[in-house]
Amino acid sequence: MCGVGPFAGLEFVGGGYVRAFIQVQMSAQDRSPPIPPIPALLETRNITKIFGELKANDSVDFAIQKGEIHALLGENGAGKSTLVKILFGSLQQTDGSVLWNGESVHVDSPSQAKALGIGMVFQHFSLFEALTVAENIALSFGSDVELADISERARDLSHQYGLPLDPDALVGDLSVGERQRIEIIRCLMQDPALIILDEPTSVLTPQEANTLFETLFRLRDEGRSILYISHRLEEVQRLCSAATIMRHGKVVDACDPREETAGSLASKMVGAEIEGIEHKFAGEVGDVFLELNHLSLPSDHPFAISLKDISLKVHAGEVVGVAGIAGNGQGELFGAVSGEDVQDNPSAVRMCGEDAGAKGISSRRALGAAFIPEERLGHGAVPELPLTDNLLLARHASDKSSFLSLGGLSVIARGAINSATKKVVEAMDVRKSAENPPAGALSGGNLQKFIMGRELDREPKLLVVNQPTWGVDAGAAANIRQALIDLAANGSAVLVISQDLDEIFEVASSIAVMADGRLTQPVPASELTREQIGLMMAGTDLGSGAAA
Amino acid sequence: MDVWISIIISICAASTPLLIAATGELVVERSGVLNLGVEGMMVMGAVAAFSVAQLTGNPYLGAIAAIFVGALFSMLFAFLTLTLVANQVATGLALTILGLGLSGMIGEGFVGQPGIRMENIHIPVLTDLPVVGKLIFGQDLIFYISIALVFGVGWFLFKTHAGLMLRSVGDSHSSAHALGIKVIQIRYLAILFGGACAGLAGAHLSLVYVPQWVEGMTAGRGWIALALVVFASWRPGRVLIGAYLFGAVTIGQFHVQAIGVAIPAQFLTSLPYLATIVVLVLIARNRRLTMINTPASLGQPFVPDR
Repeated sequence: MCGVGPFAGLEFVGGGYVRAFIQVQMSAQDRSPPIPPIPALLETRNITKIFGELKANDSVDFAIQKGEIHALLGENGAGKSTLVKILFGSLQQTDGSVLWNGESVHVDSPSQAKALGIGMVFQHFSLFEALTVAENIALSFGSDVELADISERARDLSHQYGLPLDPDALVGDLSVGERQRIEIIRCLMQDPALIILDEPTSVLTPQEANTLFETLFRLRDEGRSILYISHRLEEVQRLCSAATIMRHGKVVDACDPREETAGSLASKMVGAEIEGIEHKFAGEVGDVFLELNHLSLPSDHPFAISLKDISLKVHAGEVVGVAGIAGNGQGELFGAVSGEDVQDNPSAVRMCGEDAGAKGISSRRALGAAFIPEERLGHGAVPELPLTDNLLLARHASDKSSFLSLGGLSVIARGAINSATKKVVEAMDVRKSAENPPAGALSGGNLQKFIMGRELDREPKLLVVNQPTWGVDAGAAANIRQALIDLAANGSAVLVISQDLDEIFEVASSIAVMADGRLTQPVPASELTREQIGLMMAGTDLGSGAAA
Repeated sequence: MDVWISIIISICAASTPLLIAATGELVVERSGVLNLGVEGMMVMGAVAAFSVAQLTGNPYLGAIAAIFVGALFSMLFAFLTLTLVANQVATGLALTILGLGLSGMIGEGFVGQPGIRMENIHIPVLTDLPVVGKLIFGQDLIFYISIALVFGVGWFLFKTHAGLMLRSVGDSHSSAHALGIKVIQIRYLAILFGGACAGLAGAHLSLVYVPQWVEGMTAGRGWIALALVVFASWRPGRVLIGAYLFGAVTIGQFHVQAIGVAIPAQFLTSLPYLATIVVLVLIARNRRLTMINTPASLGQPFVPDR
């Protein structure tokens, strides 16, 4: 059954080699005597998963030792998620076996995985929006645990690990960052031997990520193992003592990330070098395409953040980045700018020289604006509908003349939509499994590229995007960021809301910071340091001084 | 004074079947399943209760038979929609049509026969108390069950772990599945409970409210129960308010008609429906509360990801 693939030698010898390889690596680091005969905590042999004609996993062999932080690297669609789902019991492998502590196990369901001691923090959270934080956590436990105890333990754990959580808050009211905290706390409360983390830091501030790393090191020192899936190679190098790299469903390499460079890891992942981001800012800016004048928006429910007196100008030719910790009003700001929340005062939001505050989403788009929300599934795209329909749904009003025919009858012009979809897919290099798959069938990065391409194709004068590369792999993220910069270079105004400071520094020409519903004045990125932004996140406005 | 007591008791009798059926359906819908077959299960319960009471002479055996038949009938729905993943709306409608037809056929021989009434309970001393005696200690057994049921369901849904699991399945069955919660099993049990409640509601109609058998005697009460659940935004307390409002207006309009007020009878007959819906819509104005309570996966078929 050992695959005889073209990759990296490993496959010729199979799982035992990988295990030995990693153990050698481990013992070399620990300077301990040669490999003791203890089995790996978890090992897979020849795991193969076939969906229709697609081999999502092809004879995957890898092993995680006790007390190890092990990275699983690979581009979108490399088969990481499939492998992890098999380990966690949400999917069943077509072939191959899983060994837990050296014994062959069949993980039929997530509850069985939990009983073994495997915990999982998902990238797409499996949370119940209508329930409170404590109720969500309680669902992972048996009926013998009192809700009050769970609230208490969740509160304690969350403070202990620096991930503050209000157990009585409704999940529907929380931001993505806060929801992830629930997932992490929920996982930790189950006291697992192996913790699988899928893109855990993508919504955290650098400080929050550091706290998480401290937590992870502590968990490792307690003897737990961690399977860490991330596209951030610097993190992997900092955290992990072993890495398995996947490409096209196969394991192509296993290495110690600390002995690699970010560049060498990236090229192993994608099979080629990743291009750096190229800045083309002219330094001069044009007309004001987005203007917020003392925009205030009271929150419509108790857990939301009110927007307080926000004023901002975004000019043609610049990318303004809005940094800030999750849940400080970024979602509300996006809603107010995109027209999901219409303002009473028409001049509170001005777009392309016109008052847009009283206009709805379609009217704002008709002025030349484009909006890309944070949540791809359910907000940016309808998961069940094919790409063509999603394209039409977003642009039915702004591109009425090209997509709808027969005047008032508004008959859908399938041909025009198909070719526009094709153009977007080609321009953004969207990888898909079928000709016109449902949006939900694309991986996160590919769907984001599609949504981005759908808006860029209109050549908008103003683009507002919330979390452009959340959960997107390095290659796709670089493409998306480059597209944002190119758009501004071609004379559009771009507003990027992101919790990822690296991203903000990469794309933005000037940076504003959001804290507790207020927005500082933007400051040129070149004049700012991370420390200053950290201060601004805590509510100190450096804008007035530094901007002059 | 006695007039008022008897009016209140008749309001209780008019409200009880709605309350029981709606409470059962509330549990079903909280688990994310929309069973439009309430009317059919209710009428099957009514005919089962009447015929068993007729044959054995014991109304309590009739009520037990109704619970059993309602539950059995709901299992047909559960098997079709959960195991065979049939469309819930179409299956529910079919269940109602089947129930109305089948009950008419079974009950053909019982039409016009005198029924056996489930007697009100009588506790010495307590029931003989003035004013409150008959109201609190002198009604039929099913009335007491209905009150216990609505508070029991409220406690179960919001205070127990099993209730939490049921609500989680209704909110997002895929997330619940990912947590290892047995979605299909919970929904089977919820539908079974809903069917048993609908059967008991039917028994109240043919054993207490109008102790006789008339084809189609549920007269749309199953549909009102369904509407009650939605307009009560899936909260048991509001179902109680809605059911009693409906009962009160039903009885009230009878008395108004009897006095001979010059209002068209058709308008008066439609009043209970109108009043109930208007009041519950007003109660449900709070968008946020309604959003929290609405089972997000209501009516969606669940197929585990394989």
